[in-house]
Amino acid sequence: MKAPRFAYARPASVAEALALLAEHEDEARVLAGGQSLVPMMNFRVAAPKVLVDINRIAALAGIEVAKNHVRIGALTRHVEMERSADIARHLPLVAAAMPHVAHPAIRNRGTLGGSCALGDPAAELPACALALGATFIAAGKKGERRIAARDFFTGLYATALKAGELLLAAEFPLPKPGYASAFGELARRHGDYAMVGVAAHGSTQGKKFSDMRVVFFGVADRPQRAAQFERALDGRPAAAKTIAAALAGLDSDLSPRADLHGSAATKLHLAKVLAGRVLKTMEGVAA
Amino acid sequence: MNAPLETIEISVTVNGERVKRSVPARLSLADFLRNELELTGTHVGCEHGVCGACTVRVDGEIVRACLMFAVQADGCKVDTIEGMSASRELEEVQSAFVLTNALQCGFCTPGVLMAAQALLRDETNPTRERIREYLSGNYCRCTGYQAIVDAIEAVARARAARNAR
Repeated sequence: MKAPRFAYARPASVAEALALLAEHEDEARVLAGGQSLVPMMNFRVAAPKVLVDINRIAALAGIEVAKNHVRIGALTRHVEMERSADIARHLPLVAAAMPHVAHPAIRNRGTLGGSCALGDPAAELPACALALGATFIAAGKKGERRIAARDFFTGLYATALKAGELLLAAEFPLPKPGYASAFGELARRHGDYAMVGVAAHGSTQGKKFSDMRVVFFGVADRPQRAAQFERALDGRPAAAKTIAAALAGLDSDLSPRADLHGSAATKLHLAKVLAGRVLKTMEGVAA
Repeated sequence: MNAPLETIEISVTVNGERVKRSVPARLSLADFLRNELELTGTHVGCEHGVCGACTVRVDGEIVRACLMFAVQADGCKVDTIEGMSASRELEEVQSAFVLTNALQCGFCTPGVLMAAQALLRDETNPTRERIREYLSGNYCRCTGYQAIVDAIEAVARARAARNAR
């Protein structure tokens, strides 16, 4: 179908965008890459009265490496993250995730901010943000505030962002020495939304797992850490057999709901198979 | 621009030609090209970004024309299958498609050619696997993809051979 009627505004600055969002509050939506919002409008799932198109606000785009973090502007497109030497070097988890995000023509438009602000439970970037302990920076009438990734995703297509707020950027801490990551997902067609996916980050220093953050997506209403699984890895040898033994923890960590892709039992099974495959690919893990 | 508007004046360079129109905000770029400019080579399939039939180039990069509003292309350069055929940019890929029978009904073909051209521009000599992965966003319901991959591979190999000389 076609999108319903709306009024369109194209602010040239963050201040202008915030003024528009403040004026139109719940009736307005931010239009970033539009690769999720526009399909939702075409399906008539979303019908904002006002679209605030932030695509011409140059200050919102770009990747900056600082002393302790990498800051990625909300309007940074997937293709820029995919091709960035800084991302490949400092955030290999994000680099590994990018080829799984839809298809090239979508990645040319889709943005970090759009993907995270939508809060799609099957999306890759929210899972990476949670695994890497990223912090989101949002601006509103009262100025800027920082929101940790663990507090940002609050439910199905729900985030901590309030009406009138604009996501400016995400800051990803630079991984410490000895840390490694791994990413994988299962989809029926390459680039489709994941039936189940996993983003893992942690230390394999001293040939032992520690500080592991293993995030599953596509299995709950938001990206979800697997606490029992992580605990079963912690302090044990960074080896395939540790991973295999820890997989049982996922029975209590995950309670996926049946969906178009399969029953709850199928999804749990797929999560285990995937975690078993993906964790083994982390640098420093013995076969 | 500040006050939100339901109808907007836009100026877009389509296939090298500047066009000015007044468009409703809700008009997709795909419908703008097809209905306003009668460039019907850009096909509208799923209208939610899945099938790839509406793929066009905006400022040199392929995008889904069903997931962009025409107003967003204001000030941009848009290339469609008509322009890229007329300029003969696609000639080699189109010939390969004919030679390998890489199209049947032709509905997906403009979008597939857009994606193929982008891949061949950015990567020298992609593998068959890479071609399949890159084209994963373009549905074809006739060919089973084999001949499409054959065509793109043939062009890639021919170019690699020419570059090696």
